[in-house]
Amino acid sequence: MSGAQDLTMVLDGLCPMYVLLDDTGHIRSAGPTLTKLRPDQPIIGRRFLELFELARPRAITNMEGLLAAAGSKLHLSFRDAPRTGLKGVIVPLPSGAVVNLSFGISLLDAVQDYALTSADFSATDLAIELLYLVEAKSAAMEASRKLNTRLQGAMIAAEEQAFTDTLTGLKNRRAMDHVLARLTTRGGSFALMHLDLDYFKAVNDTMGHAAGDHVLQQVARVMVEETRDSDTIARAGGDEFVLILDRLGDRSALSGIATRLIQRLEQPISFEGKPCRISASIGIVAVPGDADAQPAQLLHQADQALYAAKHAGRACHRFFGPDLVSTLAPAVDAGPQTRSRDAAPPG
Amino acid sequence: MHGLINRAIQSFVCTTYGQARWQQVTAAAGLGFSEFEAMLIYEDSQTTRVLDALSGELGRPPGEILEDIGTFLVSNPQMEALRRLLRFGGVTYVEFLHSLDDLPDRARLAVSDLDLPVLELREHAAGQFSLSCQPGLPGFGFVMMGILRAMADDYGALVMLEHNGVACTIPGCATQGCEVISITLIETAFAEGRSFDLGARAG
Repeated sequence: MSGAQDLTMVLDGLCPMYVLLDDTGHIRSAGPTLTKLRPDQPIIGRRFLELFELARPRAITNMEGLLAAAGSKLHLSFRDAPRTGLKGVIVPLPSGAVVNLSFGISLLDAVQDYALTSADFSATDLAIELLYLVEAKSAAMEASRKLNTRLQGAMIAAEEQAFTDTLTGLKNRRAMDHVLARLTTRGGSFALMHLDLDYFKAVNDTMGHAAGDHVLQQVARVMVEETRDSDTIARAGGDEFVLILDRLGDRSALSGIATRLIQRLEQPISFEGKPCRISASIGIVAVPGDADAQPAQLLHQADQALYAAKHAGRACHRFFGPDLVSTLAPAVDAGPQTRSRDAAPPG
Repeated sequence: MHGLINRAIQSFVCTTYGQARWQQVTAAAGLGFSEFEAMLIYEDSQTTRVLDALSGELGRPPGEILEDIGTFLVSNPQMEALRRLLRFGGVTYVEFLHSLDDLPDRARLAVSDLDLPVLELREHAAGQFSLSCQPGLPGFGFVMMGILRAMADDYGALVMLEHNGVACTIPGCATQGCEVISITLIETAFAEGRSFDLGARAG
């Protein structure tokens, strides 16, 4: 008997979650931590397989099966709540067996469920180090997450401050505002073209957004090719563009550029083997060098000229002039192939 | 210098003296920014400049301020996660003291690029210890003073601490450049201390 007592003493010291089974599979003694997990019910005397459910190896119903599992890792859990998952290993004895248990990955829940302290773990058990690591990792992750959130905010802010339209590579509206402000303060002649695509919505609707995006990129390329490096081309909205042509006030030269732009944009743009047909209407404001113009006013005038071009049947350009203000009636425009968006006044 | 250390200084100043004071300190240090990121690495000189500026701004010697930072790291509720990590060192204050030898390794487990000076605890007699901090982070000994004092409160222990300055200036000596702290443990269970629940994770 003293041999069995010695064994129990050793196990109590080394394996706080052991159970010692007799040859019928009943629990003869159990480690202090395991006993702590079920404070309201005696573990001693219970059948091991009544207390625990074996998930792996499966279908073990008696002591013989349990002993046959020696050498493999046992996955088990309590049959009653909290159904803490446990890992185990069984070592057969001449009569009975020892099963040593550990929490494995359920450690985090277990320390909370059972209010365990470091005294409940063997000094050689890495459980406390694992808990330490989980907390350290969480704290470090939290710091990293905060950094990422701030970086994301900074990225969004930077994007907002950027001057480029990401789809077409043209300038964006913000850049256009800067250039216009600079030119109006500086003085000197320049021209403003407000270009709006015709029938673009039809392309988007019938051929999809990818086709629409492709068309916008090709339109951007054409505009870059048809203008000088010193000119500013901005995508002001979905299919609206503003061209700022510096030191260019001559109406016939501007007319030539506008006509050529429209001609080139009317050439079908191929997308996945299918042609996309669009055109463009352009409103032009020629700003003489001595004009005292405000950007908002110029944009409004270009808008009115564009409206006149739309009104005149699209696919053409119109200059802003004093006549436009009085003669233009508000919005009636309905060509056979127009869609609602195309019929709406530009701007 | 690791951002975590800079961030700790920032949190300490903002919490103790207010945001405006911190702005003045970073301006005086010529940082060009006022927010340290915990997970980025900064020039060592930036930290030195901040500490110098802080010392000037508060009119207190740097050692005192560093000790206050150490205390802040353990006792401020914002820093609960750090206190818990330190409490993992042991169940008693003495166990905690002995766990300090592992502190740099534990810090590296948490944040792999955080290098803390090697710490070595010696027990001279019952309740008589000395902790030597290897060189690498000037003034770290003072921060440890604050941490040791606050952790003593945390465990409910009564200790007397003394910063002995730099132990040895002899070139080639094993303790050359080390800061040494004397620790006298008067009573292990002097007060109640704060509880440490393994399962309660810091929010």
